[in-house]
Amino acid sequence: MSTSEHGLSSSEATDVVPAARLHASSGPLLICEHCDTVHRGHALVRGETMRCVRCGALLARYHALDADGMLALVLTALIVFLIANVWPVVTLGLGSQQSSATLWGTILMMWKQGTPLIAVVAAATLFFFPLNKMLMLGWVLLFARDGRRAPGFAAIMRTLFHLQPWTMTEVFVLGALVSIVKARAYFDVQPDPGIWAYGVLTLLITVFSGIDLRRLWDATEPDA
Amino acid sequence: MSRAPRAQELGIIGCHVCGLVCRAPAGEDAACPRCGAALHRRKRDSIRRTWALLVAAFILYIPANVLPIMRTVSLGDIDDNTIISGVVELWVKGSPSLAVIVFTASIVVPMTKFLVLGTLLVTTQRRSGWALRQRARLYRAVEFIGYWSMLDVFVVALLTALVRFGFFSQVGPLPGVVFFGLTVILTMFASMSFDPRLMWDRSDDD
Repeated sequence: MSTSEHGLSSSEATDVVPAARLHASSGPLLICEHCDTVHRGHALVRGETMRCVRCGALLARYHALDADGMLALVLTALIVFLIANVWPVVTLGLGSQQSSATLWGTILMMWKQGTPLIAVVAAATLFFFPLNKMLMLGWVLLFARDGRRAPGFAAIMRTLFHLQPWTMTEVFVLGALVSIVKARAYFDVQPDPGIWAYGVLTLLITVFSGIDLRRLWDATEPDA
Repeated sequence: MSRAPRAQELGIIGCHVCGLVCRAPAGEDAACPRCGAALHRRKRDSIRRTWALLVAAFILYIPANVLPIMRTVSLGDIDDNTIISGVVELWVKGSPSLAVIVFTASIVVPMTKFLVLGTLLVTTQRRSGWALRQRARLYRAVEFIGYWSMLDVFVVALLTALVRFGFFSQVGPLPGVVFFGLTVILTMFASMSFDPRLMWDRSDDD
């Protein structure tokens, strides 16, 4: 069992032996993260999910998408993300005056108006984290298509894991809808291309949220 | 019911990042041989960290509700809104259904998080075997809904960027929104630092 090429310091892990491979004959071991119960995994059919017998948490689900399909989704999301960020989300009209906002206009305005903390949180959760997630995932998938591990695979996968809860595009879309309704009482409101792009992006994110990236580890196992 | 084995009893440990199952290392700081993430039998100092973050979040939630989050100036007329007055205004002038959504995201979700995480912490500390499956489901729900509370923060930000009509109408953020944003972030950290496996560690009867 060789592990040294996966970018970890071997001195720390010499006493750690992967146990899953020892029982490889009858499906890998799955440990429930929510209660520590050990299960034996098996191949799932379309629509099937595997839940923990003790606490009911989701352990695994069937995946319809392979690396090619996921890469296509990521590229689509990147294009839509670009549109969502370049075009304004909404335009307000008051008499002859017009005012529109893009994501970055919103972030900069919060910075200028004395709430830099909110500006930083918005920039991170709505721009930098989602963008980095898509770029890193795209990079990893580019190699995973041929069952290879991209340069920096382990570090990227760890980063993706930690970024997971900190992207909030869906919440921003709902926020835009609430803002439109609030503003409608006083102004002429006109939705711009940005809002539609954000709507599509939300759908893509929903598709993505069902994908367990861990399987990329198994799909790219060098000696599999 | 047949007793499913737990990883701790079998002396194995699962990597929380890549899912690889390893023999549990003897020391505390081992790294996963596959992805290099630190391996933990349980999240470190889970109960104490979660309490600290939850209490801090609750303290910040008070100014978040008492202080106004947004100022509207139109024709020299100043109107400061708190979270609750924003919900009321939306109910009266705009759309009651959206008012319910904002109320849920800004009031119901944070309060639920305080109550649920508080209950989970107390019952876990008492090593209670009460309603374990339901408590496990509550924890998963809290983890899932957490970040939707950011809704009001983004509404204030968008309105600030949009309503820029000088003397006629201007919207700006007020300190309450910063406290509220911090509350949401701290409750997210709190639910992440709670280790639900601790609930099950006491139980030999399930």
